[in-house]
Amino acid sequence: MTKTVTDVICPFCGTLCDDLEVVVSDDGKELHEVYNACAIGAEKFLHSQAKDRITRPRMRQEDGSWKEISYDEAIEYTARMLTEAKKPLMYGWSSTNCEAQAVGSEIGEAVGAVMDNTATVCHGTSLIAVQDIGIPSCTLGEVKNRADRILFWGCNPAHAHPRHMSRYSIFPRGFFTGKGHTGRKVIVVDPRPTDTASVADVHLQIEQGRDYELLNALRVAFKGEQLPDVVAGIPKEKIYEVAETLKSGRFAIIFFGMGVTQSLGKNHNIDEAIAVTRDLNEYTKAAIMPMRGHYNVTGSGQVWGWLFGFPYAVDLSRGFARYNPGETTSNDLLRRDEVDAVFVLGSDPGAHFPFSSVKKIYDRPSVAIDPHETPTTEVCKVHVPVAFVGVEIGGCAYRMDNVPIETRKVVEPPEGMMTDEEFLKRVLARVKEIQGV
Amino acid sequence: MAIRVNLITGRTIQQGVSMEAGKEKPAYTTACGIIELDPADFKKLGAFRNTNVRVTSKYGSVVVKAVDATQGPHPGVAYIPMGPWANMVVNPNTYSTGMPTFKGTPVEVEVAKNEPVLGSLELVRKGCRGELA
Repeated sequence: MTKTVTDVICPFCGTLCDDLEVVVSDDGKELHEVYNACAIGAEKFLHSQAKDRITRPRMRQEDGSWKEISYDEAIEYTARMLTEAKKPLMYGWSSTNCEAQAVGSEIGEAVGAVMDNTATVCHGTSLIAVQDIGIPSCTLGEVKNRADRILFWGCNPAHAHPRHMSRYSIFPRGFFTGKGHTGRKVIVVDPRPTDTASVADVHLQIEQGRDYELLNALRVAFKGEQLPDVVAGIPKEKIYEVAETLKSGRFAIIFFGMGVTQSLGKNHNIDEAIAVTRDLNEYTKAAIMPMRGHYNVTGSGQVWGWLFGFPYAVDLSRGFARYNPGETTSNDLLRRDEVDAVFVLGSDPGAHFPFSSVKKIYDRPSVAIDPHETPTTEVCKVHVPVAFVGVEIGGCAYRMDNVPIETRKVVEPPEGMMTDEEFLKRVLARVKEIQGV
Repeated sequence: MAIRVNLITGRTIQQGVSMEAGKEKPAYTTACGIIELDPADFKKLGAFRNTNVRVTSKYGSVVVKAVDATQGPHPGVAYIPMGPWANMVVNPNTYSTGMPTFKGTPVEVEVAKNEPVLGSLELVRKGCRGELA
């Protein structure tokens, strides 16, 4: 027989859907079916059941092959590596719960590490912009119930946040948005006619990398001032039309993604997008929100926010927290050879950092904590498999709008497998032993 | 005949699904070891669809399979889904922001019919050991 667990939280993207149903065996040891999730979320749950899953830590041998080791040996290697390093990098933290992030931060403080999360290659530039000029934001509940002008800038939720449009932004019928999508105007700005653009009322196919210009042109258009005939590949009539559409709404929301944060201009693009939101508030209610990727990257920013005062790129090597993006950020540290050991948890820099940084991880003592086999585990010296957070262990995660949601355990992890938090607690205890504190 | 295009990267749903199913599996290579080209750029390149091509930038080089743009048209713009293949050629400079320039790398694309598209683990392993052509 089977049982169905309802109201399960999906640990894939920052949308953190909370309405999944998961069918598990009576003894809670096998997961059979996932309902309501998007294709990616469902795959994440189902992959926990993979028969070829690695269940014990492994260490790389001289000849390049793997040797199975015990958790105790992995803890010893990790604690030694971190305490012996002058300035270790502890990176990742976005695919785990806040409880593990807090323990990890304690280790970072003890060993004088640089703590960085995946925002460094995602919305790090947004965080810089927020520190520059602030952010008028809201929750996704407000978007669902109030927003009638939806602007997606440089993001493609149809692929990256598949249920975002149906749960919050385009299609749902909310308290003041009873007509659903027919009562909303949707605008997409993207250099490609994406699948998100295909459901929009207006698509501005911007020249790649010209976001700042177009954002600035919108501010000009709000005020009714003169524009050149074409800005960033978009005719001025179209820009005036979009400006008018935004101004005429009751509640406008701008969602933005990697198209603006990773293109040249970086944080200045976001500065301008936030300024557009601020200007729009002269005419109607407007808010702006980053489309956060990992399900708990927002949480790691929150945890470090209250522990250290900074949301990412926190350098603890001098015994107090320093923050200077461009200097204390992972890719800069790696490429400049400024860290001498790498610890990765809940992320895959091997796949998602430029290769010049990946090579530096390979050249150093390194540990990867990850349930999957990934390009990161391939270049690290030790791989420690752990239970999937949100599937095999619960814990707190923060949605992209900074709302904390408690994820749930739905199935037992393979026998004898540690969780992120258990592993980190053991490493912390061992670090303290070695340091004699 | 090589063509020059502007490379952007990012998520696709196939990338997400195959990533969660296991990056060591062939499906991940099928989803991400590709470059989406506009039909107009295919014409300039003079290649059939599904031909292996070598993509080269100032920062590196990688062999991927050239496929039709799924979210086009976007002449002059090419797309490799985020992953180790794209990261072989993207501009790693952060310009003091911490963020590598993942979008907007000028690249050259040329036909490389006889060169294989490597799997993700093999690609980073060989790259780190300096065994890539």
